[in-house]
Amino acid sequence: MWRNIPERYNLLGTHCQTCGKYYFPMRRVCPTCRRKGKLVDAKMPETGKILSYSQVFVAPSGFEHETPYFLAIVELANKATLLTQIVDSKADVVKEGARVELVFRKIYEDSPEGAIAYGYKFRVV
Amino acid sequence: MTRAGIIGYGVSIPHWRIKTTEIARVWGKDGEHVAAGLGVKEKAVGGFDEDSATIAVEASRRAVKMSGIDAQKIGAIYIGSESKPYAVKPTAATVADALMAGPDLMAADYEFACKAGTAGIQTCLGLVKSHMIDVGLAVGADTAQGRPGDALEFSAASGGAAFLVGREKIIAEINHTYSYTTDTPDFWRRQHEEFPMHAGRFTGDPAYFKHVVSCAKKTMEIAGTQASDYAYAVFHQPNGKFPVRAGQILGFSKEQIQTGLITPVIGNTYSGASMIGLAAVLDVAKSGDRILCVSYGSGAGSDGFDLTVTSEIVRHKPVAQVQDLVAKKEYIDYATYIKNRRKLKSL
Repeated sequence: MWRNIPERYNLLGTHCQTCGKYYFPMRRVCPTCRRKGKLVDAKMPETGKILSYSQVFVAPSGFEHETPYFLAIVELANKATLLTQIVDSKADVVKEGARVELVFRKIYEDSPEGAIAYGYKFRVV
Repeated sequence: MTRAGIIGYGVSIPHWRIKTTEIARVWGKDGEHVAAGLGVKEKAVGGFDEDSATIAVEASRRAVKMSGIDAQKIGAIYIGSESKPYAVKPTAATVADALMAGPDLMAADYEFACKAGTAGIQTCLGLVKSHMIDVGLAVGADTAQGRPGDALEFSAASGGAAFLVGREKIIAEINHTYSYTTDTPDFWRRQHEEFPMHAGRFTGDPAYFKHVVSCAKKTMEIAGTQASDYAYAVFHQPNGKFPVRAGQILGFSKEQIQTGLITPVIGNTYSGASMIGLAAVLDVAKSGDRILCVSYGSGAGSDGFDLTVTSEIVRHKPVAQVQDLVAKKEYIDYATYIKNRRKLKSL
């Protein structure tokens, strides 16, 4: 987690200057251009739309107390996609196509004594 | 003398609200009576995944966007809070990385009950005026604790504000600042304790009013001003009544206080309270307006600020106005509130 802070905190991803595509999380190789791809770091847009979503009622370990919560695949304004929690949004507004914006939230803490992992989530605008 | 002041600000108020009447219902009290007595009709409640660090980051990002500066210009970050996520590990470092402001900066967390954020503004002001840094960031953010069933539970809320202090493109110049400090045990939270203790009515006259009024008087004396010179006055607001009475004692009208009085609709955001009030005033202030802002932190002390809004304010609009954030809300019940704030022991 600590090594991924630039991605988790600031949506730092990758831009291929050869084909123009954006990737999140960061890539070492452009899957389209392969060795011809010229990759640079790129901050992702802070807005996007929900492509698909699910409401989680039976959560994995560490997330049990957050149920029910929404997980969604969000397409950012630059067409990069990511998996994220949708927060501050009740069921009637979480829909495919709903516009969302970036928020900074607590992601996970393994125990009351443990380190806290922070990062990105999204909320319906 | 080098000019310095606020070059940007941002506020974060959680989405969720609980009404005073809903809290009173659980404890068998007359909600309307409690709300009228405190002057607080509802309070902002952080989500399950919100703490003072996430609130500080949201507010700081808005402040940076409003100012238009490169976050790398920030030379110091001070976070004031009495609900730090860690007892030992700085929130300031999290905010620095979330702004991509580091690693070349000074950073620390401050604690002085509800005035730790304004103490950060004073530190930044000194560093900026002495040219040790170009821009400093001071944040007041809390997810205030109130013991279930205690009077504090009706007002202790979540929220925060961030202020960037600099020398260029100042939207509100800080003309003077002054602090008044005494050892007064009106409210405290001991090490490892989950909830604060308070001294009931002792938190009024010998604590809040003595410090706020003394600090305001001295700040105006240093500035050579009187109440009528100010377009707005903002006082720390543990409830909706105290700041109004402090204003009356000092000769301010309700109109001068009303704009910066946000606690009645979001509760007491502790370190964020006076700073959110100041942000609400700056949202509507015009060039030339003079503002008096006095914070209060139990334990106890007050920081006073005499500010003048500049013509630059028309070129820098806030990313989110306080009144818009206040209006954007959904209500939760008491059960969801204690889940969100992890007041159940199993959480």
